[in-house]
Amino acid sequence: MSATTGAGADLVLLPDDVEEDLRASLDRALAARCTPARVAAAYDGDESLAGELWTALVDLGLPALLVPEEHGGAGAGAREAAAVLDVLARHAAPVPYLSSAVVAATTLTALGAGGLLGDLAAGGTAALLVPATLHRADDVVPLVRHDDGTVSGSVRSVTGVAGGVPAGVLLVPVAGPDGADGADGADGAALVAVRPGDPGVDVAPVVSLDMTAPLADVRLDRAPATELPGDARAAVSAGLAAGAALGASALAGTATWALTTTVAYLQQRRQFGRVVGGYQALKHRLADLYAEVEQATATARYAAAALAADDPDLAVATAVAQSWCSEVAVHATEEAVQLHGGLGMTWEHPCHLHLKRARAGALVLGSPAAHRDDLATLVDLPPPHPDQGGSPSWT
Amino acid sequence: MTTAGPAAGHRADLEARVDALLAAHDPATTERQAFLDARYDAGLAWVHVPEGHGGLGLPRALQPVVDDRLGAAGAPDNDPRRNGIGLGMAAPTILAFGTPAQQERLLRPLWTGREIWCQLFSEPGAGSDLAAVATRAIPDGDRWRVTGQKVWTSSAHLADRALLLARTDPDAPKHRGLTYFALDMRQPGVEVRPLRQLTGEAEFNEVFLTDAVVDDADRLGDVGAGWQVANATLMSERVAIGSGAAREAGMLGVVADAWRTAPSGHRTADAHQRLLRLWVESEALRTTGMRLAQKLAAGAPGPEGSAMKLGFARLAQQLSSLEVELRGDDGLRYDDWTLRRPDQVDMTGRDTGYRYLRAKGNSIEGGTSEVLRNIIAERVLGLPSEHRVDKDVAWKDLPR
Repeated sequence: MSATTGAGADLVLLPDDVEEDLRASLDRALAARCTPARVAAAYDGDESLAGELWTALVDLGLPALLVPEEHGGAGAGAREAAAVLDVLARHAAPVPYLSSAVVAATTLTALGAGGLLGDLAAGGTAALLVPATLHRADDVVPLVRHDDGTVSGSVRSVTGVAGGVPAGVLLVPVAGPDGADGADGADGAALVAVRPGDPGVDVAPVVSLDMTAPLADVRLDRAPATELPGDARAAVSAGLAAGAALGASALAGTATWALTTTVAYLQQRRQFGRVVGGYQALKHRLADLYAEVEQATATARYAAAALAADDPDLAVATAVAQSWCSEVAVHATEEAVQLHGGLGMTWEHPCHLHLKRARAGALVLGSPAAHRDDLATLVDLPPPHPDQGGSPSWT
Repeated sequence: MTTAGPAAGHRADLEARVDALLAAHDPATTERQAFLDARYDAGLAWVHVPEGHGGLGLPRALQPVVDDRLGAAGAPDNDPRRNGIGLGMAAPTILAFGTPAQQERLLRPLWTGREIWCQLFSEPGAGSDLAAVATRAIPDGDRWRVTGQKVWTSSAHLADRALLLARTDPDAPKHRGLTYFALDMRQPGVEVRPLRQLTGEAEFNEVFLTDAVVDDADRLGDVGAGWQVANATLMSERVAIGSGAAREAGMLGVVADAWRTAPSGHRTADAHQRLLRLWVESEALRTTGMRLAQKLAAGAPGPEGSAMKLGFARLAQQLSSLEVELRGDDGLRYDDWTLRRPDQVDMTGRDTGYRYLRAKGNSIEGGTSEVLRNIIAERVLGLPSEHRVDKDVAWKDLPR
């Protein structure tokens, strides 16, 4: 039996009134502006929606949720941030909340970088300059060198840097001047802040599978950099851990949207003289999907509650939530496309926006397989030794 | 701010009550049944139940405060697994539908284990179509006379009382002519025969009722309201079946241990991936159970419990199948084919092959997975009902 038996038993998974109010006001703010047609416009190069939405989020004080009060933030909990991500996902809102208000804000909080945090609380944006699929600080092999107050190198496929609300600051894990590799103060590595507008900073937007969280390739060529004091490895680790734990809520939100939208459609769509949702083959598919989505919501809430409480079960909770919610979000949006029939294949219907978010979101901050790998170590289910495959030996 | 567990005030009060119970009835010198009676009277049997019926009207989540403290003091418990149907299904039904007199009479012997309960619902012609039950209850003065055959009845050979669903009005449509009773199993006219299953054991029974008698005072709910009462019982059952316990409890723990102890040759990369997926799914179900339990803390069980039961069955079957594979040669052996009549299902007390075979029942008993999917689709998601030809036809006119 695992040593973590019984962990997290006290975590509350139901929303409180504060969270319900937050959800309702954000939902109202988004419903008016964030129409599927305007979201889809990002795929045709019109990113104006993002700026409008970000202003609305700032008006509601949401980018400040995870910023400590002493730095001008709300000092609220991870559960509230999870609720925001869930609601944003249900509207496919193209804002960099996860990359800036969660990952970057948590990284800066771990460093104690007060000035930059104050900017974030006031609505500024930042992004951690690591490949979007990465979720372990141990895997951060700095791709950027730090020399004489400038940085050089390139990082591919970063989120939160380009798009309608580009990052105001890049937080860059760097190797020390001696070439040491590892985001660790002890070997000379550190985090530095780089301003995207400065000379030597080239942010090249990429055509992305999910244009609501567009990627960019960033090249730095002797760009001016400010070193941020503190334990860079611990800060990156905290930022990525918070991102993975709360990113699951966005995936669960996407899955919930897909289920409820599909059920609503099948309740009114008629074929062969009957409401299509009355066919047992479809009812059973939707019942199975309901069970999956309910479980996704539970794992996401559990991870958010574990992060909020700094529960020792956080790592397991995150691995479970990320692997489960990723696969459920993909399954739910794929089912949505299929069960909407021809409509599901069209540009007019929002299914495609959520399908793309789910498929890309399932890779961001670690694939399901990567999180199951984590789990194998965390819960003492080691993989078979490579030499030990095949049949048992004759003994 | 987010880990607010059960209120600290209640916790301290409960601990004081437990200490007072232990002081007045030292478990080392008090006879078991006497201790259980005293615990019931102290409101520490099931704290969520109203005062006077073994409870204190507190949140269900506080029960472990009592159980843990009594367990640590070496106090006897009421052997809850022996009376699973009584505690999990009969008690909530009696609490919701019983008269004060019925609650007074039935709950104490139920909780203390003096009376074991079974459930006379299914029949050879009414399994998933439970509203088709044909067992008749005919009025006879202030009592009813019951005749019919029930099947798949767990614990009937041990039971003192039964939850009985019987037809009282054959002229009404099938859902409306049913009535619900608490039947005395220890009477002439009740014959229990073992029903051997694919595992080799007879955990279930057939029950033949021939002019068995039940007082009208033992009717639960109105005459003709049996379907509504039975549904409440079934929802309690599904919540009870689906509620997960601790991490790696039950089948997952067995299979995880099988992985940790399996000869290396049986630990393949493919099996590892399957195991990790099932581990994640078990945890998804466990957290869903936590969330549902928190939702239910105030209210009654709803149809959401059906999703738990669906997931539980799926997992148990996949896990037990993987376990057979991980055991290698041992997966080819079986522990015991002799006809046994166990008093409870004991998945972890038997061998691998038993678990594999027994788990096949998980998607059939307590509502088949197919029926549960219909329930979720119709009652949770609001999709149209199945086309029904039997709904408004008198039961006696239905083809059988």
